[in-house]
Amino acid sequence: MSVLLTRETRVVVQGITGHQGTVHSRQMREFGTNVVAGVTPGKGGTTVEDVPVFDSVQLAVDATHANASCIFVPAPFAKDALLEAVDAGIRLVVIVTEHIPFHDMLVMYHYARSHGARIIGPNCPGIASPGVAKLGIIPNVVFRPGRVGVISRSGTLTYEIVNGIKEHGLGQSTCLGLGGDPVVGTSFVDALPLFQDDPDTDLIVLVGEIGGTAEEDAAEYIRTQFTKPVVAYIAGRSAPPGKRMGHAGAIITRGKGTAETKLAALRAAGARVARFPYEIPDLVAEIVRHGGSP
Amino acid sequence: MVKLAEWRGKAVFRKYGVPLPQGAVARTADEAEALVRSGAVPLPCVVKAQVLAGGRGKGGAVRFASTATEARAAAEAILGLEFQGERVKELLLEEKLTLSRELYLSLTLDRSARLPLIIASAHGGVEIESVDDHEIDRQHVDPFPGLTNFEKRRVAKVLGLTGGPAKSLDRLLDALWKLFQGEDAELVEINPLAVVGDGLVALDAKVIIEDDAAFRHPEYADIRDDRTPLEEIAREKDIAFVQLDGDIGVIANGAGLTMATLDVLKEFGGNPGVFLDLGGTDDPRKVTEAFLLMARAKPKAVFLNIFGGVTRCDTVAKGLVEAMRQVPADERFPLIARIRGNNEKEGIEILRAAGVTSIPELKQSAQAVVAAAAGGSS
Repeated sequence: MSVLLTRETRVVVQGITGHQGTVHSRQMREFGTNVVAGVTPGKGGTTVEDVPVFDSVQLAVDATHANASCIFVPAPFAKDALLEAVDAGIRLVVIVTEHIPFHDMLVMYHYARSHGARIIGPNCPGIASPGVAKLGIIPNVVFRPGRVGVISRSGTLTYEIVNGIKEHGLGQSTCLGLGGDPVVGTSFVDALPLFQDDPDTDLIVLVGEIGGTAEEDAAEYIRTQFTKPVVAYIAGRSAPPGKRMGHAGAIITRGKGTAETKLAALRAAGARVARFPYEIPDLVAEIVRHGGSP
Repeated sequence: MVKLAEWRGKAVFRKYGVPLPQGAVARTADEAEALVRSGAVPLPCVVKAQVLAGGRGKGGAVRFASTATEARAAAEAILGLEFQGERVKELLLEEKLTLSRELYLSLTLDRSARLPLIIASAHGGVEIESVDDHEIDRQHVDPFPGLTNFEKRRVAKVLGLTGGPAKSLDRLLDALWKLFQGEDAELVEINPLAVVGDGLVALDAKVIIEDDAAFRHPEYADIRDDRTPLEEIAREKDIAFVQLDGDIGVIANGAGLTMATLDVLKEFGGNPGVFLDLGGTDDPRKVTEAFLLMARAKPKAVFLNIFGGVTRCDTVAKGLVEAMRQVPADERFPLIARIRGNNEKEGIEILRAAGVTSIPELKQSAQAVVAAAAGGSS
């Protein structure tokens, strides 16, 4: 078991013929992922490192029974790519592409949701379960199979933290990078129940950032429904106040959104709070020592 | 984000049919006077500084005039004023209307709900933050099917509008919804929205356009935000660069890692001032450009903190070594490096050959940076 991915996950890579699409398809395969197809309109019939390329997601699904997608296409075309994947019956899509306008993402999110599909991202590193599969771009070298779940809004900071857990002699069940955009397909609150239900995850590390209220929302869920131990870190505690999104933005986040409000909410929910990334592995190890792991 | 000055926001409003006072823009006192004399701006009129900073009214940058001479005097008084470092270069002159009520109306994104949100209050003309929560109505709009009639009726009720003004609101909300989507706006705000006679008029306009949609809005490309010259150069080279007070430069990849690096430096008494986020790149030339840009900011010490993913450690090391060759002698700075992740060994080897040691631990490397910056200041 793992979160969202299984050994039966069959991946189609949209934008496989681009540089990043090719490089990361190779790395996903090296991780053990079953990459069965690529899609680039106009390049159907070719192959990329032995992976067959199709003109559309529907053709790829018909030929290979792909059931998950990883999108690398440039931002102006990402909306269409997502709609196409959902239309072809794909129900799990990781969008690596950054700089997608949030107005596009609103349409993408609500379209996917109405079809029962889950988006991870955009502008995210993706999801990986060591020994099972990986969808996205998290470097393979940071992983070691284990029982720590990681949910993060960051990219490289996630790699740093996952690597720290590995170097401490511990390992990960599933690492999920949500992406830092204003509108994300999967939020902390969406992700936490998946880790709650995953028998392979004993505890989770939650990596948040300043801005928005996703961490406060997560804290409320943890306080009321999440039963596994949580180690939390919020990046940007000492960052200067960011440029606010006008007065209307302040009205929405009233009294929330800063590192202080997020940390206070998470502490009140029972999470162990790390002040710096390098404190995380120690806190995790302490929980494991005290029987967090069966 | 691209914040539009009031007059630019109102130009966008006009395009979508939002009712506005009659007015025009002046850049000199002569122009202001001429606009009134020609009748382009009816009297009495209001003369408003066109700056993005708030607090114009209190700062004497909004004045009234009932003659052309008074309009000229108001313009002379306002032009050249500074608001939070922003000099007044443009004025908006508009007819002064007799209004019966001031309302608040905005359309923005609710990130948590992942839905557009209409915020409305019958208490306009004041900072919305100062209005009691129960006096503010929040109404989500689903992109499918878009703004509906019942939602518009609810906003009219909240604002206490009936008859002519309610009809005016119905058209106004349709216009704002089209504008919000069509212009890729993050925020459309009218405060105050005035009841004038039997209709509504937008007395102010705040419009913020999303950066990520720039590819389909070339019309906003020329609008400069409040960036420093170096930030402007960085933007052109697609490097995220922020300049603040402080003497330590940070080059990292990814926003989260950059922020975490800042947290650690502060903890050990450092004062980071320039942040450069390489993002994901596998081009050593971009790394070189980033370092040359950093050198121009004249930091006392620079911390390179990279976790290699898409950006490989050897790429960064190559770019760095090339930059060190190019940086002029008087712009050199102490450099502490920490590179981990993809192709770590290759990267460390390239740096070592160039005389730079990579310190693997974040804590120790941050302490070394703070010490180097302190040493340089004595």
